[in-house]
Amino acid sequence: MSMTQETSAALPRRTMPQGLIAARNIVVFLTRSPTSLFGLVVLGLLLILALFAPLIATHDPYMQDLQNTLHPPSSDYLFGTDELGRDIFSRLVHGSRITLTIIFLVTIVVGPLGLIFGTVAGYFGGKVDTVLMRITDIFLSFPSLILSLAFVAALGPSLNNAIIAIALTAWPPIARLARAETMTFRQADYISAARLQGASPARIIWRSIVPMCLPSVLIRLTLNMATVILTAAGLGFLGLGAQPPLPEWGAMIATGRRYMIDSWWLVTFPGLAILSVSLAFNLLGDGLRDALDPKQMNRR
Amino acid sequence: MRLSRRRLNGLTEHGFSILITLFGLLILTFVIGRIMPTDPVRAMVGEDASREVYEHVYQQLGLDKPMWQQFLLYLRDVVTLDFGTSIRTGQPVLQDIARALPATIELATFAIIIGAGLGTPMGVIAAVNKDKWQDQVIRVLSLMGHSMPIFWTGMIALLIFYANLGWVGGSGRMSQFYIGLVPERTNFLLIDSILAGQWDVFWSALNHLILPAALLGYSSSAYITRMTRSFMLDQINQEYVTTARVKGLSRRQTIWRHAFGNIRVQLVTIVALAYGSLLEGAVLIETVFAFPGFGQYLTSNLLIGDMNAVMTCVLIVGVIFIGLNILSDILYRVFDPRTR
Amino acid sequence: MDPILDIRNLSIRYQGSAEPAVRNVSFTLGRERLGIVGESGSGKSTVGRAIMRLLDTAELTADKMTFEEVDLLNASERQMLKVRGQRMSMILQDPKFSLNPIQRCGHQIAEAYRTHVRCTKAEARQRAVEMLEQVHIRDPERVYDMYPHEVSGGMGQRVMIAMMLLTSPDLVIADEPTSALDVTIRLQVLRILDGLVRDKGIGLVMISHDLNLVRAFCDRVLIMYAGRLVETLDAKHLDRAQHPYTQGLLAAQPRIGGPRGPLSVLDRQDSWLNAQGEVA
Ligand SMILES: Nc1ncnc2c1ncn2[C@@H]1O[C@H](COP(=O)(O)OP(=O)(O)O)[C@@H](O)[C@H]1O
Ligand SMILES: [Mg+2]
Repeated sequence: MSMTQETSAALPRRTMPQGLIAARNIVVFLTRSPTSLFGLVVLGLLLILALFAPLIATHDPYMQDLQNTLHPPSSDYLFGTDELGRDIFSRLVHGSRITLTIIFLVTIVVGPLGLIFGTVAGYFGGKVDTVLMRITDIFLSFPSLILSLAFVAALGPSLNNAIIAIALTAWPPIARLARAETMTFRQADYISAARLQGASPARIIWRSIVPMCLPSVLIRLTLNMATVILTAAGLGFLGLGAQPPLPEWGAMIATGRRYMIDSWWLVTFPGLAILSVSLAFNLLGDGLRDALDPKQMNRR
Repeated sequence: MRLSRRRLNGLTEHGFSILITLFGLLILTFVIGRIMPTDPVRAMVGEDASREVYEHVYQQLGLDKPMWQQFLLYLRDVVTLDFGTSIRTGQPVLQDIARALPATIELATFAIIIGAGLGTPMGVIAAVNKDKWQDQVIRVLSLMGHSMPIFWTGMIALLIFYANLGWVGGSGRMSQFYIGLVPERTNFLLIDSILAGQWDVFWSALNHLILPAALLGYSSSAYITRMTRSFMLDQINQEYVTTARVKGLSRRQTIWRHAFGNIRVQLVTIVALAYGSLLEGAVLIETVFAFPGFGQYLTSNLLIGDMNAVMTCVLIVGVIFIGLNILSDILYRVFDPRTR
Repeated sequence: MDPILDIRNLSIRYQGSAEPAVRNVSFTLGRERLGIVGESGSGKSTVGRAIMRLLDTAELTADKMTFEEVDLLNASERQMLKVRGQRMSMILQDPKFSLNPIQRCGHQIAEAYRTHVRCTKAEARQRAVEMLEQVHIRDPERVYDMYPHEVSGGMGQRVMIAMMLLTSPDLVIADEPTSALDVTIRLQVLRILDGLVRDKGIGLVMISHDLNLVRAFCDRVLIMYAGRLVETLDAKHLDRAQHPYTQGLLAAQPRIGGPRGPLSVLDRQDSWLNAQGEVA
């Protein structure tokens, strides 16, 4: 009796540091690979830029200066100025906040949505599973950009609607994953035990299954974030996302396009910004996959 | 080949699930069409139509009926292939799409040839040299292709290869002064120009196609490379590969004749799916290159809220996607001796 | 007569592992049938694959390792391509995995021949069909055109044997050739292999964990334990084993007509790890 008490008391205390150790191991693994390290550094940079944007930016991102339009990069204007004389560097720095907002909002919509769909389908199985998975299949039968385009067209072009549209198209893969995970331990002893004790399905799913799915779902979200960034930029470029004068990177490229031939800096720098962030997510995701996939360890 | 009862059941089940997906697709496009902010009646009759005209058209479109009836009407239209007319062009939507789609198919086909031609060997090389420098280089190269905003790369490439170097044609499907020279028979410009014996037009078309196709191909090669690599890694450590080496086959023969042969089926599936996702890139790249294809048709109608055209485009993309999924399924069955 | 194989103090360490998987193994092989016996993980397959030079990621060291006139330690991959499949070959464990699933059985056999002999497709097919007959396949033309998943395990293993003996090699390594098969057909397949090996005067290394099988089909037996050779014995005189591990293995073998009672279980000693098998 006393023994079971001891172990049950010791368990939570022991698992917390273990989780931390696992996280640290993953980070150590990631920093060892130069490509993943690059991803980590770029994302860290993005975070710093977004947090301290007003301090880092050299100019007001919205301040027009019609005396200084299409000014090439110089010490005054690091990345030059646009057709309205606004400082491109400062706009890029402030644009990082928009990027981060997109990442954040998509994550908090898609994560829970995918988790609920997936765990419920996986836990109940049968008809519920068939219906829910059929719905995900329908969403999956579109390329995500086209579906987002259609949603934005329906909702009206704006940054918020773009985020909603992206979130609406980004959850199905997460749901699939959460379902697969749930199926693997639906039959586990501790779930059966909880069921025998009369815990409600909602409680079992929330308390026992969701925490188990969380790590893989988070990794998957990281992996998909590159696509999210590109879709958001694409929508901005087509004029369906963030609207001027917001310094969204895709929209900046769209307006810069007209002046591209003579003023290369208008499109080059925002494009590089998009490229580095999405590359960073891809490299990081790739590293995470290596770090967590036991199949990668080469054994016969 | 005889159909066993079990396979027959499997096929009907398969067909049934396809039907359900199609039905869901219709609901989705219907919903999108209904929540669009533009007033379809206003868009049709114009700003200064009288109240009677407005009411008339409103009822003609069935907008006074309950939702489910409207949906049934929509179903009827779809089944009879009546997708309405485009507000922007005044033409039947289907006719517009029939003209725009071949351009995109030309583009996507070129792109997939480039993408598979690039991605497959890169994936094999990466797998064979796993964790060596070749693998790392290919990994970064392909992730790069996966990470680039294609509309931006398109502009930069135009700037370099067209504006500065003049190696390729610029925007559009062909040079301005060739437009209208070739009779439209198949709407595939390359084919039409050959049929008409207009070689100048053919070269101009090819010249305009190559850059956007190369960019699309590069971006899709990222996916193909990654999948090829992981398929190959699964095969390389299989015993039958050891058998091939025991027989005295060289490393290269072992890889290409034996291991690669075993991923061909999976690869075909992947390429079919990649072909579908090219449509996505096509929307953006066609905008950049002013390429009069399906993607440009879709986006220009999106921006003005042409409901009929948008709904139809989305429906067609969904159907193409489902079709490619079925196709890859069929290819799998045909090519893999184990499923025969 | 010169030995076919001469191996002295062979050690093998896989990349990424600290301990060698095989250490200081020495033996020679003439035109005879040599069995290597040991429990799973004792390094038997590693030795077999090292002889074929198939271990790309492992580090081999030896005082000497020759196959006929070929110095296996220093032979280039190019040289090995001429040796592998022509002069030495290997029968792998499970035909379910060791045959290419998407190529017809006959094609795979013919390929072994065509890799080393310049001939037409028809000739190669002819030779392959003849070989299928020699492994007692009744309808060789039909089996030639079958895919591996369409043949039974026993048939698959006979296809494997046909493929590996078609070029009349001097040495065949059979790595647990019957472990994946039904008990009822094991003997049948082994007899076919044995008959061919004797007819063609091929040197055979038979790897197995089954002491009874090896005793019946081999002239000499090497006993391996944890990567080391602990003892070498004539098959006829297995009962005279000195080493406690071998004695334990023998005692753990079920024997028809032997005493009933529970089979004894090995009682492992750390000192075995230091013992060195004598080279016969
Ligand atoms: N590719 C490999 N990489 C690393 N270690 C290996 C590899 N193959 C086998 N080993 C290790 O070498 C030892 C011997 O394996 P093996 O030769 O397959 O034994 P056996 O054939 O006697 O069962 C085992 O401990 C195994 O874990
Ligand atoms: Mg073995």
